[in-house]
Amino acid sequence: MSDILYTDQHEWVQVDGDVATIGITDYAQEQLGDVVYVELPAIGKKLALGDEAAVVESVKAASEVYSPVSGTVVEVNDDLEGAPGSINEDAMGSGWFLKLELSDESELDNLMDEAAYKSFLASLG
Amino acid sequence: MADTHALDTIPLKVTPLHALHIELGAKMVPFAGYDMPVQYPAGVLAEHLHTRKKAGLFDVSHMGQAFLRAAGYGEGLAGDAAHEKVASALETIVPGDIRGLKPGQIRYTLLLNDEGGILDDLMVTRPLSAELQGMLVLVVNAATKEADFAHIAAKLAGSATLERADDRALIALQGPAAEAVMRTLVPGAADLGFMEMEWFDIGGVSAMISRSGYTGEDGFEISLPDSDVEAFARRLLAHPDVKPIGLGARDSLRLEAGLCLYGHDIDETTTPIEGALGWVIPGRRREEANFPGADIILRQIAHGAARKRVGILPEGKAPAREGAVIIDASGKGIGAVTSGGFGPTAGGPIAMGYVDADHAASGTEIALMVRGVARPARVAPMPFIEKRFHRTDKK
Repeated sequence: MSDILYTDQHEWVQVDGDVATIGITDYAQEQLGDVVYVELPAIGKKLALGDEAAVVESVKAASEVYSPVSGTVVEVNDDLEGAPGSINEDAMGSGWFLKLELSDESELDNLMDEAAYKSFLASLG
Repeated sequence: MADTHALDTIPLKVTPLHALHIELGAKMVPFAGYDMPVQYPAGVLAEHLHTRKKAGLFDVSHMGQAFLRAAGYGEGLAGDAAHEKVASALETIVPGDIRGLKPGQIRYTLLLNDEGGILDDLMVTRPLSAELQGMLVLVVNAATKEADFAHIAAKLAGSATLERADDRALIALQGPAAEAVMRTLVPGAADLGFMEMEWFDIGGVSAMISRSGYTGEDGFEISLPDSDVEAFARRLLAHPDVKPIGLGARDSLRLEAGLCLYGHDIDETTTPIEGALGWVIPGRRREEANFPGADIILRQIAHGAARKRVGILPEGKAPAREGAVIIDASGKGIGAVTSGGFGPTAGGPIAMGYVDADHAASGTEIALMVRGVARPARVAPMPFIEKRFHRTDKK
């Protein structure tokens, strides 16, 4: 199991072998506010880097979650349907969105490690 | 994550409670030209539910308050005659029964253009006190207040004068505990009936307190001088049942109550009949037919309007937002959502929007286009929750 990587769109990616678990960061859930609905992709769907992977709706607005890497959806977090609030309560854990089988591991090199993401957050003020 | 924040380059105005919002940890957003709290640390969901369970405090100081006085006010004109004069003047630009207001009574009405379109919705109050007859208190929306006040002053020139009350703040205390909280601070105000207003002296401060609101709950709206509002807001917040509530929950509360948001659910292109607000036009005004756009509106009352504002209950869990296209069973476009989101008390997505008249009956099966997918929904009666306005048996 590797460390968690981050995007400047506030997603996190945790790689285990060739499967990446993807979610949104604590900062992202806080910006969104109370999540009331999540739309997840179909299993087997092929996502290219930057494709819309999911939609997360808070009481305020709908926001797209773009795929931080390319791959095929192998699992989605069905528990979010009945408990979308777990994204607010545990964004980095039980609030995960989906798992992708990576098609290009070199894309991971463009993601931030925790220290880089923290300084990125600090730069947002 | 897509960034949903837009930069606003116009300097924002602030209300007299701005510093208090910051102190309370509010997330501030631009709204109608003001820097306003969209939520506090509790979050929209908790704030919404707290208001339905206990009492919420809202800063609505951005709204426009004004006094409208009959020409000749204070110069011998008094009593019912004075009220009749200012009310008749206002009735030339609104379709409501203003002349028939009893002293101390508040009425919801609409400013109309000559095509019957809605320029704004507003509250009009006839003061209770004998010395103030011939004056009306107006409260209009924040985004439209400049245009409204210019329109009113111009249309009523010669018959009434408008004095803006820009030095007054406005806060709302809403929820089932509002009456008990008010009784601890201004006992007399707790005895107001629904849609009644009175002036109260709160330790030397002149407050106008109304039994009204925008949440579907019992509650009060309190107008105070700018300089005194923070102290009073702090006294309300010191009560354990009172929590500060932001614009986010204000929107979900009013949507559940089926209440219109001006500029979204009603605007200059919608008539009161299309907007399902025909109830604001009583029989006398329909017979007199002397309000702006009366010919168009009366024709719609007689023959029906081509479209109507309705409540919408999506069947799934996906909220449909403003702008979502509404289609019928055959896939034909029949309207659009004007307000939509998640109703915390309703427990699911709720919306309102305009549909063709033949699809406006409650129970009609429709579908909402959300992210390119047709999602089944149903036309539904509003409000989406049980309204709990204060009712008293008046002698």
